[in-house]
Amino acid sequence: MTAYTATVTVRLKRGVLDPEAETTKQALERLGFELEALRSADRFEIDLEADSADGARERADEMAERLLANPTIHDYDVEVDER
Amino acid sequence: MTVSIVRFGGSNCDRDAERALEHLGIDAEIVWHEDGLPAETSGIVLPGGFSYGDYLRAGAMAARSPIMAEVREAAADGVPVLGICNGAQVGCESGLTEGAFTTNESARFQCEPVHLRVERADTPWTAAYEEGDVIEVPIAHGEGRYEIGDDRLAALEADDRILFRYCDADGAVDGDSNPNGSKGAVAGLLGERETVAVLMPHPERAALPDVGPTDGQGILRGFESVADKL
Repeated sequence: MTAYTATVTVRLKRGVLDPEAETTKQALERLGFELEALRSADRFEIDLEADSADGARERADEMAERLLANPTIHDYDVEVDER
Repeated sequence: MTVSIVRFGGSNCDRDAERALEHLGIDAEIVWHEDGLPAETSGIVLPGGFSYGDYLRAGAMAARSPIMAEVREAAADGVPVLGICNGAQVGCESGLTEGAFTTNESARFQCEPVHLRVERADTPWTAAYEEGDVIEVPIAHGEGRYEIGDDRLAALEADDRILFRYCDADGAVDGDSNPNGSKGAVAGLLGERETVAVLMPHPERAALPDVGPTDGQGILRGFESVADKL
């Protein structure tokens, strides 16, 4: 078994309104920053042990499918690194 | 018959629901989620509140608690299930109904009376109304914007599963009468069976004559009409 960290990034699908990101963007503009757009995302770092990087990825994928992301509104991606 | 009101950590409209149902003469009891559904359950309310502190997404944690497997099973057997506010979020997260309720367009918590148009009257939840009726029921949510893919919304509409839409006092559905930016102005919808419904507005807060309007009574009476047939 090898120790891995699987990083799951969950973000809203393109086209789904993100009022919190819009509010954050406006707050940055009030502070004097110039920016065109702002997108937010949730990032989960999961430490786990698996036989292979593929095995770790498979489990992290399932975690995203079953809980971390809501497929109606979210896309997600998974990155796996040895720890 | 007894309606089980499922209390999760953070539910806070469970007692309101119990009071409202009892006012209508419908026997109801609050059930702690870890205790499971009582055998005599003839109806289920998923109440409003902030289960699990809205961690991850509103309703996400409660939807994956063991009692929800029992709720889904009961729903499949025809036991009426009504998800209100946080219960609607739990309903969508658990797959009882399609779509998702997410952050209001305003990015603010909104607590106000709204008008709802009854989209169909041939369900237990709306048998007390006529199609096209306008009722006034309060909302109180930060994550009530209904979101779903365009193709899935079209499929729900084709299946006639939209139960309530936000509207103005005359029943017109437009951007101004949509309080939270819900797609299709959807305020409530049906699951696979007509006995399963979720809605963001609070019928139990519009059920007691001593505290205001009572337009929500008809929705809660859905438990009566289904119990007669079970």
